Amino acid sequence: MLKAHFKKKLPTFDLEANISLNSGILALVGPSGAGKTTILQCIAGLQTPSQGEIKIREKAVYSSEQGINVPIRNRRIGYVFQDYALFPHMTVEKNVMYGIPKKDNISNKVLTVSKVLEMLKIEHLRHRYPNQISGGEKQRVALARALMTEPELLLLDEPLSALDQETRGTLQQELLKLQAQWQIPFILVTHDPQEAEILGDQIIKLDRGRQESIRGGSLKIG
Amino acid sequence: MDFSFIPIILSLKVAFAAVIIVTCISIPLAGLMAKREFLGKDVVESIITLPLVLPPSVIGFMLLFVFGKNGPLGKLLEQWFHTRIVFTLAGAVVAAAVVALPLMYQSVKVAMENVDPNLEKAARTLGAKELRIFITITLPLAWNGIVAGLVLAFARSLGEFGATLMIAGNIPGKTQTMPLAIYFANESGDTGQASILVIIMTVFSFMVIYGLNRWGKKSQHDSRGGGDNA
Repeated sequence: MLKAHFKKKLPTFDLEANISLNSGILALVGPSGAGKTTILQCIAGLQTPSQGEIKIREKAVYSSEQGINVPIRNRRIGYVFQDYALFPHMTVEKNVMYGIPKKDNISNKVLTVSKVLEMLKIEHLRHRYPNQISGGEKQRVALARALMTEPELLLLDEPLSALDQETRGTLQQELLKLQAQWQIPFILVTHDPQEAEILGDQIIKLDRGRQESIRGGSLKIG
Repeated sequence: MDFSFIPIILSLKVAFAAVIIVTCISIPLAGLMAKREFLGKDVVESIITLPLVLPPSVIGFMLLFVFGKNGPLGKLLEQWFHTRIVFTLAGAVVAAAVVALPLMYQSVKVAMENVDPNLEKAARTLGAKELRIFITITLPLAWNGIVAGLVLAFARSLGEFGATLMIAGNIPGKTQTMPLAIYFANESGDTGQASILVIIMTVFSFMVIYGLNRWGKKSQHDSRGGGDNA
C-alpha cells in the first residue's frame, strides 16, 4: 500500500525513513525535533525529500531516480495538521466540504457530508465557526474534512496533543474505530509512547533521524 | 463669493478611477510577492515602493517622460488610440494611481503574509489548485488589509498635488482637482474658496484615519483568525 524509503537533509542531521505499511495504524513516536513531521510532510508532498522513492498503491508519487514528484493535490492523501488548520472564515460544513472531489457526481460513492458529520458526531456544529468550538471538536472537524476527500492514506500530525486527558482517551478509541471502518492505513505522529502503544499496529521510534522498529507485525489489541 | 464644486467632483472622479486601477494591480502583485520567491524580487519590491519616497516632482517628471508626446507610451497611445494622457484628467488618474499604489500594495502584502501558511497547505492537501487557494483562503483572510489599503489609496489619490500638476496641468473645470484648486485660489487671493476646500479635505482625511484606527481596533478585538492557530 505505502512503501517509502527516502533521505532528507535537515540542518542538524540527515533524516532516513524506511516505511512499509499495508493496513492499520503506523505510529511514529519520538521526541520533538526527531523528524516525525518531516516524514509526514515528505509523504504528503509538502516537503521534497533529498532522494529516494515513495509509492502509494504501487504508484510512485515521488522518485528521485525517475524524476517523479506528483503535486500534493493529486496524491490522494488526507492530512490532519497539528493545529488542525481549519479555515477560520468558513463554517464547519464549508470546511468539511472544501476538499470534496469534483468528479463526485459521476462516481457512485455515497459519501455525503451529513454521513461523515454524523459519524464524527459533529452534525450539530454544522453552522458554527472554528473559533466557536472546542479543541476536541476541531479535531473531529479536521478529521471529517480530510476524510471527505476520500483519501487512500491518512496522515495525522500529533492529532491529540493539544487535548485534555479525557477528550484524548475518547478520541483515541474513536480513531481506532474510524480506521477499522474506513479501511485505509493511517500514519500517526506522536511524542507520547503510551499513545503509540494504544494506537499503533506498527510502531516506529525515531531519534535524530534514525529509526528503530518496535512493533512490526499485525498484532492488534482491542 | 461663489464657490465652485467642480474641483471636488473632479477629485472624486480621479480618486475612484485611481483606486480601481490600483486594486487591480496590487492584489495579484501582492499575492505574487507575498507567496513566491524569484530572482530579482528585492529589485521589484523597491521599484513598487519608490513612489512612496520620491518627491512628487520627480514622479511627475518621469510620467511626462513616459507619457509625453515623444515618450514611449505617449507615442503609442497617440498613434493607436488617438488619445493623450498629458493635460487631461486621465493624466491626473495616472499620477494618483502611481503614488497610491505603494500604500495599497504594502497593506495587502502584509495582510497576505500574515495568513497562516498551514491553512494554504491544508487547502493543498484537500486537492485545491493554487488559484482556488488564493481566492478562497488567502484573499478572504487578508480582507482587513485590503480594505485598509483601499481607504488609504483613496485618501492619497484625493490629495495628490505635485505629480498631477506636472502631468495634468492646472486647467479649471478639466484637470483642476481639489489640492490644485486650493493652491491656485490661494495664489490669486481667493481665500474663501481655498479655505472651504481646505476644511473639506482636512475633515475627510481625519475621518479616514479615525475610522481606520477604530475599525482596526475592532477587527483585532473580534478577529476570527486567531482562534485555532495560536
